[in-house]
Amino acid sequence: MVMRYVMSIDQGTTSTRCIIFDHRGRLVSVTQREHRQHFPRPGWVEHDAAQIWRNLERIAPEALTQAGVGLDQLAAIGIANQRETTLMWDRRTGEPIGRAIVWQDTRTDTLVEKFAARPEAAMVQERCGLPLATYFSAPRIRWLLDHHPGLRERAERGEVLFGTMESWLIWNLTGGPEGGLHLTDVTNAGRTLLMNLETLDWDDDLLDFFGVPRAMLPRIRPSAETYGVASRVLPGVRIAAALGDQQAALFGQTCFAPGEAKCTYGTGSFLMLNTGAEPVRSSHGLLTTVGYQVGDEPAVYALEGPIAITGALVQWFRDGLGLISSAPEIETLARTVEDNGGCYIVPAFSGLFAPHWRSEARGIIVGLTSYITKGHLARAVLEATAWQTREVVDAMNADSGLELRTLKVDGGMTSDNLLMQDIADVLNVPVVRPMVAETVSLGAAYAAGLAVGYWPDLEGLRRNWHRAAQWLPAMDPRRRAEEYDNWRRAVERTFDWIKPHP
Amino acid sequence: MPGPVQSIQRGAAILRLLARSSGRLGVGEIATSLGLARGTAHGLLRTLQLVGFVEQDETSGKYQLGAALLHLGTSYLDVNELRSRAINWADALAARSGEAVRIGTLLDGQILVVHHVFRPDDTLQTLDVGALLPMHATALGKVLLAYDAATTATLADGPLEAYTRRTIVAPKMLARSLSAIREVGWAVEVEEMTIGEAGVAAPIRGHGGLVVGSIGISGAVERVCDSKGQPKAPLVTFVRDAARAVSRDLGASRW
Repeated sequence: MVMRYVMSIDQGTTSTRCIIFDHRGRLVSVTQREHRQHFPRPGWVEHDAAQIWRNLERIAPEALTQAGVGLDQLAAIGIANQRETTLMWDRRTGEPIGRAIVWQDTRTDTLVEKFAARPEAAMVQERCGLPLATYFSAPRIRWLLDHHPGLRERAERGEVLFGTMESWLIWNLTGGPEGGLHLTDVTNAGRTLLMNLETLDWDDDLLDFFGVPRAMLPRIRPSAETYGVASRVLPGVRIAAALGDQQAALFGQTCFAPGEAKCTYGTGSFLMLNTGAEPVRSSHGLLTTVGYQVGDEPAVYALEGPIAITGALVQWFRDGLGLISSAPEIETLARTVEDNGGCYIVPAFSGLFAPHWRSEARGIIVGLTSYITKGHLARAVLEATAWQTREVVDAMNADSGLELRTLKVDGGMTSDNLLMQDIADVLNVPVVRPMVAETVSLGAAYAAGLAVGYWPDLEGLRRNWHRAAQWLPAMDPRRRAEEYDNWRRAVERTFDWIKPHP
Repeated sequence: MPGPVQSIQRGAAILRLLARSSGRLGVGEIATSLGLARGTAHGLLRTLQLVGFVEQDETSGKYQLGAALLHLGTSYLDVNELRSRAINWADALAARSGEAVRIGTLLDGQILVVHHVFRPDDTLQTLDVGALLPMHATALGKVLLAYDAATTATLADGPLEAYTRRTIVAPKMLARSLSAIREVGWAVEVEEMTIGEAGVAAPIRGHGGLVVGSIGISGAVERVCDSKGQPKAPLVTFVRDAARAVSRDLGASRW
């Protein structure tokens, strides 16, 4: 019997990776290539989409060679991608219009303020579930249209196309200028501010509000569905899934039932909770977003709590303070002491994200006494990630009415045992790490495999999920309450630090 | 608190003296320079030589700093760093073998479990990171002993603690078993620690090939071993592949 596999393409912020998975969801081969980060001005971050495409042209065949797998053995391709990164390209030549504007880019801040001041601004969050912020794509599309002479006219005639990274890769894989398919999926379209959360289609009022011509937009498709067949790089292979990276991780963690949640711990961290077939409007500072949509089935919605600084605080401890020489050593240093010694660090480096959304807040270290050593600071660094998770979980419980029972975790920071125990302690629920840490790639592979029948159903995918480690809460409830109170008082002290412009 | 230990102070003075001198020094020169009796200097040098901090030139009989000193700063590997580097490979090993995976390092004559991946059958299991295991009765430990003469020497007085009827308790037997491990590059343990349990482990090497830890699987003896009581060949291959992959990652990096 010929073995068959699924390939995932993870087009991330710093690199593009191809991973081949087998039928049991086990990793067979990995190839990866980084692309350049362009910082042309303060606050600007750009990627060269042509370079990203060239990288894929190279690493996809390499992944096949490494695994000893032929094209005919690939059942499907699934794509996961960095979300909200905005790109335009010429339909006839396939040339990108300048560089892609990356999700971290804040060049649209004054534009966003202008939009927010308009009387109909409240409609944005009602229709698309997301607040008006530089984080999302629509203001970037508008910025590009405003800053390239003649671009708007070409966009209106459909000569110039908009897409996030999955659209760009699918268009190129399916032929580019020669009949390339111009489409996106609900999870990515849902991050533009232009998609109506109920109809899952572009919303005319939102298009008017942001001044974006419909002709340049891709068709919105489900996350798992055979979109078409690749004609380049992986000719003949079906392209059968696309999801934003955090939604892909939700899928890879098999959070298929309402109330199931995952948190991906990286530079920043993203907690996502499956809320089922109805979008839950947040009154506690969370984002309402599409989790995934499989074929003709109804979309599954999610609440998302992005935390800006988690792993980045450990990196700062290493690079900014030089107190450790590698990130994992934070645990070694933290274990030199019993507790935080009364010290708390709130890493509001560029304001606070969920659930506070305070852009004027800045970071603090509070509770310093002559007793505090670098070991206590290391504890406070790890606890900052745990408490920030707790705040988002509390907001999710309040918004959804679902009580979180277990937190599934993934990402680089899950190798830190002390942190994982801290999280279990402060959440008072078990924290579980799955055996495949590459949940983003796995999620894209799962969705693609599901679409082509490589895996029969969601239950089949669940059977592939195995627990690699579990941390159980072991904290005295009184101490938990007291520490949480201290944390909250520390957070309050970060507010109103940056003075408003006169 | 007791005062400073004189012999360590004197040993440090000898190292400083050798570090300052351009060539090699004889035992007489060292004794004179430091105001020590010749016999005392000789005893100190013998000990420093044993741990590899000084080397003696065979023809002239003079002393110089040993190679072990040079590696002293670079051979240190943080256990949390080790876990972070090994986590993907340990997961893959558990997924392929179907058994629980542990990574161990040496701590005060015992094995410290620095990483643990559950057996992938979703039964209730408890994380035992931080647990200490005996060296002579586990595959993880025997691998480390096989590449650590100094720690093995501390066990030479025997007898070793028996956990089961099959635990190796005689130092001579252990030495034979360790030399067999060095020959094949991996270790097996069958019901030497717990009745009904077996394990296979291989060394993780860091910079310059120095063994910094061990990675292994353990589980029910009927799953790990064949009918002749030998570990199943595919499992041994999985363990060795994982050990090599982690070692490659560690060796390729700069510390």
